[in-house]
Amino acid sequence: MSVFVLRRLLTLLATLVGASLIIFLVLDALPGNAAQMLMGADASPDAVRALTVKLGLDQPLAVRYLQWIKGLVVGDLGNSYVYGTPVASLIAERLVLTIPLAIMAMTITVTLALSAGIYTAANHNKLGDVGVMSLTQVGIALPNFWFAILLVLLFAVRLQWLSAGGFAGWEDGIWLGVKSLLLPAISLAVVQAAILARVTRSAVLEVLREDFVRTARAKGLGKREVLWSHVLRNAMIPVMTVMGLQFANLLAGTIVIENVFYLPGLGRLIFQSIANRDLIVVRNCVMLLAAMVVIVNFVVDVLYAFIDPRIKVHDL
Amino acid sequence: MADPATMPLIEVANLGVRLNTSRGPAQAVRGVSFALKRGETLGLVGESGCGKSVTALSLMGLLPDSAGVTGSIKLDGNELVGLSDAEYCRLRGNRISMIFQEPMTALNPMHTIGNQVAEPLRRHKKYSAAQARKEAIALLDRVGLPDPARRVDAYPHQFSGGQRQRITIAMALACEPDLLIADEPTTALDVTIQGQILDLIADLVEERGMSMILISHDLGVIAENVQRMMVMYGGTVVESGPTDEVFRRMGHPYTQGLFRARPKLGARKGTRLKTISGTVPELADLPSGCTFSDRCPLVIDQCRAALPPMVNVGPGHFVRCIRTDVSMAERVGALSA
Repeated sequence: MSVFVLRRLLTLLATLVGASLIIFLVLDALPGNAAQMLMGADASPDAVRALTVKLGLDQPLAVRYLQWIKGLVVGDLGNSYVYGTPVASLIAERLVLTIPLAIMAMTITVTLALSAGIYTAANHNKLGDVGVMSLTQVGIALPNFWFAILLVLLFAVRLQWLSAGGFAGWEDGIWLGVKSLLLPAISLAVVQAAILARVTRSAVLEVLREDFVRTARAKGLGKREVLWSHVLRNAMIPVMTVMGLQFANLLAGTIVIENVFYLPGLGRLIFQSIANRDLIVVRNCVMLLAAMVVIVNFVVDVLYAFIDPRIKVHDL
Repeated sequence: MADPATMPLIEVANLGVRLNTSRGPAQAVRGVSFALKRGETLGLVGESGCGKSVTALSLMGLLPDSAGVTGSIKLDGNELVGLSDAEYCRLRGNRISMIFQEPMTALNPMHTIGNQVAEPLRRHKKYSAAQARKEAIALLDRVGLPDPARRVDAYPHQFSGGQRQRITIAMALACEPDLLIADEPTTALDVTIQGQILDLIADLVEERGMSMILISHDLGVIAENVQRMMVMYGGTVVESGPTDEVFRRMGHPYTQGLFRARPKLGARKGTRLKTISGTVPELADLPSGCTFSDRCPLVIDQCRAALPPMVNVGPGHFVRCIRTDVSMAERVGALSA
């Protein structure tokens, strides 16, 4: 078990190093000099050069990369070119919103998807199955920003239950914060839930055809008991794989959704920083997203081993 | 109520099973009737697709929901056809158990073997977890799994095919069923293991006084392991009788074909295996009349007109053929082989 985790950890580290290299090189290759952008088009070449030196942008590529990595390790991400404030605190402020948003969206996704997937598989080819599967077909086709606008029209404009945008913060009670993240979380979750529901359904149906399901029935277990005690655990492997991948989609989705709902989250920070050529912020934010995705998939890998006893042995 | 000593344990009368296949509805089993007393053993022989597994699954009530079952299956005089699934669940694994063909896939890879063997005990006998575990270890010991106390918490992938079949046998025996159905229990195993598993099943059947229905396509397995046998073809029983009687003198051209088609030791090099010409008919379009008529060497027009009746050709020995006078003129069976 520990060998398995150790190996996965090494893979995780290697992936992070690879991601950091790609992020750094791509952003470095982008046209546009950050110093020039900050000073404006009319700035004197001397002043631009001075700022370039001050920002450390005159150093060779490798040196700048290593400095960045060193900073990542000790937690010093440098200062934003635009705001002049530490990037770390800038990101921390935004994570207070984006992490709860991602957790809420993921919770909604998993809840909807598992119930719909298990329900439809248990009622294979019956009316409920066809109905719910048609709904997921629609769900997959929905662009999340458009669905977000529909939600706003219904719940904020017409019913006035929730606000159309903005974030209430956590200071005035958790409920207020959750309430302002509810519509964005639902918009993010619907498409993902539709996909995951279909994955769950086909995974459960596949396991239901296995011989051991018949064995369990031959022992006198009812269909429902077989589903819960024998089928679901076997079906969870593909479902979890997709869940891990969806987490990445969901984080990417926050960039659009936070803009639709005027939420001061990480996605919006990335969007604004790109617009401002605040590349040091962009680089660190993208690195953070990459790290989150890699870590979530690492957790999924470790969970496999907990669910499926065969994995431990094969990897030892 | 009749005397339980003489009343059959299981009595099947005119069983019919209609399945919805991808090629349309198919009458997978027609007019199957037999009775089995407590402690008696019955063999079902036939090629794949002849209806023997469907017959077994209908006894277990495990046919797909879309299947239509007609006729009657009585266990100790109580009708099973038409029972609700909940009622059937009380019988399965408790009074009727089944061993399946594929030990590699018949066990749930995610659960320990101990839990899987204990499951019917907990369910039907309401054992506590500790009691069930203790009993599971005893059962695993009885079926010859080495070191059961230590291996009870291991997972199926840690065992060989033969060991896994022993585990499924332990599972099927857990609640001491009255009837054990073994569906090709050794087909997926090495030849050396096959004998051991069959001996184990035979010992257990004897020891516990169970009735057994053994399904096999292997005449040798049937000859050695059951008292009575039924040969099935195209969903109907074409020959039935005491095993010794049938093997002494086979009546149906199909049974004879199966017997001639078996490989023989000591055959001269280059001798080709005899085969039955043609292929098993699709259940969706069986020939009218005798199901074997399309492949039968003795076929006459009358065979295709209507399903032949069962003809009594010896003590308890019945053959569904109108040409037994010809087929049995040439003696085919263990005596002539």
